[in-house]
Order: sequence, then structure tokens, then C-alpha cells
Amino acid sequence: MKIAVTSTGPGLDDQVEPRFGRSPYFVIVDADSDTMNFETVQNPNTAAGGGAGVQSGKDIAEKGVEAVLTGNCGPNAFSVLEQTGVDIITGVDGTVREAAEKYKAGKLTPATGPSVKNHFGMDGGGAGGGRGMGRRS
Amino acid sequence: MKIAVASGKGGTGKTTIATNLAVSLSRNGRNVRYLDCDAEEPNGHIFLKPEITKAEDVTVGVPEVDQEACSGCGRCGDLCQYGAITCVKGKVLLFEQLCHSCGGCMAICPEGAIAEKQRKIGTAESGHSNGMFFSHGLLDTGAIQTPALIKHVKKGIVEDEMNILDVPPGTSCPVIEAVKDADFVLLATEPTPFGLNDLVLAVGMVRRLDKSFGVAINRCDIGDQEVLRYCREEDIEVLFQIPNDRKIAEAYSRGEMMVDALPEYEKKFLQLNDKIENMVKTDEE
Repeated sequence: MKIAVTSTGPGLDDQVEPRFGRSPYFVIVDADSDTMNFETVQNPNTAAGGGAGVQSGKDIAEKGVEAVLTGNCGPNAFSVLEQTGVDIITGVDGTVREAAEKYKAGKLTPATGPSVKNHFGMDGGGAGGGRGMGRRS
Repeated sequence: MKIAVASGKGGTGKTTIATNLAVSLSRNGRNVRYLDCDAEEPNGHIFLKPEITKAEDVTVGVPEVDQEACSGCGRCGDLCQYGAITCVKGKVLLFEQLCHSCGGCMAICPEGAIAEKQRKIGTAESGHSNGMFFSHGLLDTGAIQTPALIKHVKKGIVEDEMNILDVPPGTSCPVIEAVKDADFVLLATEPTPFGLNDLVLAVGMVRRLDKSFGVAINRCDIGDQEVLRYCREEDIEVLFQIPNDRKIAEAYSRGEMMVDALPEYEKKFLQLNDKIENMVKTDEE
């Protein structure tokens, strides 16, 4: 059983990244192994013009993970993950290792809906709102 | 004749200039058509107070997938640059609000499983304001295809009348759509570092589009001399200057026309138009 944790860096001791679609890294942890075997995926969608959540959702779903652990997840990414049967757990912080351990211990519950609106993670994370991209297209 | 009033920076007086120019010409016997292309935040109606006689839904084509016919090959999702269509584990997912209507997914689908359906992005309203044709676009919240709505508003252009286009700020796709057919682009700016920075970008845009253009400086007696110096160095005509006058600001805040609050401006707007028409004539020759 594999889980994906959004991460600010490539390793288990890096901090959980609060954004999903534009997370710099995804650390894919084998939750069955006691040694925490993991694989790191660098996210190519961090600077996407639009649709970062959709694309990241697709990439992660295709990795065959059972759950995503992250800070926040917007509506498009949520929709992709939900429709492909991946659990989404938001509100996660600390290091990737701590997050994975909590998940293994059954301390995390999946979200039932997106935790933030579209474009939340633009401009480096924070309350960018929808205006950030408003005047492009 | 089509005059587009644009700017780099927002809040520099595009609508003030566009509406007052339109009204001045209309009151002096010209057939004027005012088209507010700032579909994300139109505000010309606040000053012109038009009577709206027609409202039309504006739609764009977005994909619709026949899941039965779909083989799950994923080519549509690989092609889409906006994440509007994606194929995950053999299943196609649609995010039509992200779609830019390029039609690529429909063209590339080997099964012919993707058809086009219409999605509403906004409303185009038109009517009259004191004998002048008025129209504007109202983009729906969350819709992103502003250029498609602007294109619809531009259908109100009548070539042998005077068309004044109120353009969105910036230099992005909606702006290009609004100015690309104009005979002349008037760039409104203010004499501040922000005004200059964005004017330089706007000048780059109109030069790339090979447009006749000139500059109007609003609140010309505030800030610094850098906009004037830039225009001199770049050989750009400064066609119009509006001083920082409290009376203009008060009229604006009440939604009143500048030419009503300060009638002497009507002549100035007519002179501005003469200069523009002369520049267009010279450029055509």
C-alpha cells in the first residue's frame, strides 16, 4: 500500500507542503514497510499556467497510491483524486515521516470535500484568491 | 473609425476618457458607438446610464465525451495544456471551466468520442445612451474566456461610424482581442513609476501589433516627469493631459460625466479626436 505526501523537499525529513497541485515534490511512501521505503517524484506542474491540480491529481493517481496526505486540496484536484478512488487527507503538517507514521497508526481521516478554492496555491502559497490568474487566458 | 482606449496600469482613466470622448463626439453630431470591452469589470454604464434593450448569452464550445465510445487512450489529456480534459486510469475527466475551446481534444480523439457542446461564459448587453449606441460584456463569475466575450461585444462595431472601445487594463489576451482591429490606440497612463512601468509594456504591445497610438496622461501634475521624458525619448505623441482636479474626482465619484461637471472639457475632447483622426490619416498615407 502506497501513500503520497506533498513535500517541500525530496526526503522523509522534509516538511509537508501545504499545497497539493503545486507541491514541489511528492514523496511516495510504502506504508507497509517498517523501514519506510520511499520514492520521490519532482512535480513538473509547480509553475503550470492553469490546471496544476488536475495534472498533479492525474500523475499521483496513476502512481497507484491509496491516499494523498497534504495541507490543502482544491476542487479540481479533489475531483480527480476522488473519482479515481484515492483518499485525500488534508490539514497534514510536520515532516513527511511524521505524517506517514500518523497515517500508518490510523490517526488520519480522509476529507470529504476540497479544503480550499481554486488557485489557492498560486504566488507561492497563501491567500492568492482567484485574481492571480484572472487577467490572463 | 475605431479608437481603442487602453492602458497598461489600471485606474488611469480609460473609462473617463472613453466615455467623455464618446459623449463629446455624440453631442457634436457624430454617430458614436461606445463598446465596453472590459468584460471582467465593465464600468462605462455607470457614467453613460444606458437603456439596455438587448441581452444575449455568450457561449463557447467545450468538449462532451461519449464514455461508451471512449477507449481510454488518453491522447486528449496529453494534448490539453490547461488540464480541462484528462484521462486517468482509462477514464476521461472533464473540467470544462478550464477549457480554452481550442478543439484539439475533439480533433485528436481516434474514436470520435468527443463532441462539442456550448457553455455559457457571460452576457453581452446593448442599448442606447442619449442617442449613442452602447454595449458591454459581462463575464460570468469563474469564467475565463474573456476574449470570446469581447469578440461578441465587438460585433457591435459599425465601420463607417465612430466606435470607441473601452479596453481592459494590462497587456494580456483580452487586451489584444479588444485592440487588434482598432485604427488607433490611446494609452492612458499616470505620471508615476507604476504608470510608466505599465505604459512601457503597453507601448511594446501596440508596437508589436503595428498600431497607430498616442498617450494620454491623467492627473498629469502629480508624480514625476518620467512619463513625459519616456515619451519624448521614444518619439511618442502625448495627445491629452488631464490635471489632478478635485472637481473631476467629485463628478467621477457621483457617476457623472466630466464634460457635464466641467463643460470646457468637451472642446478638449473634440480636439483630442481631431489629433487622433489626423494621425490615423497620416499613418494611412
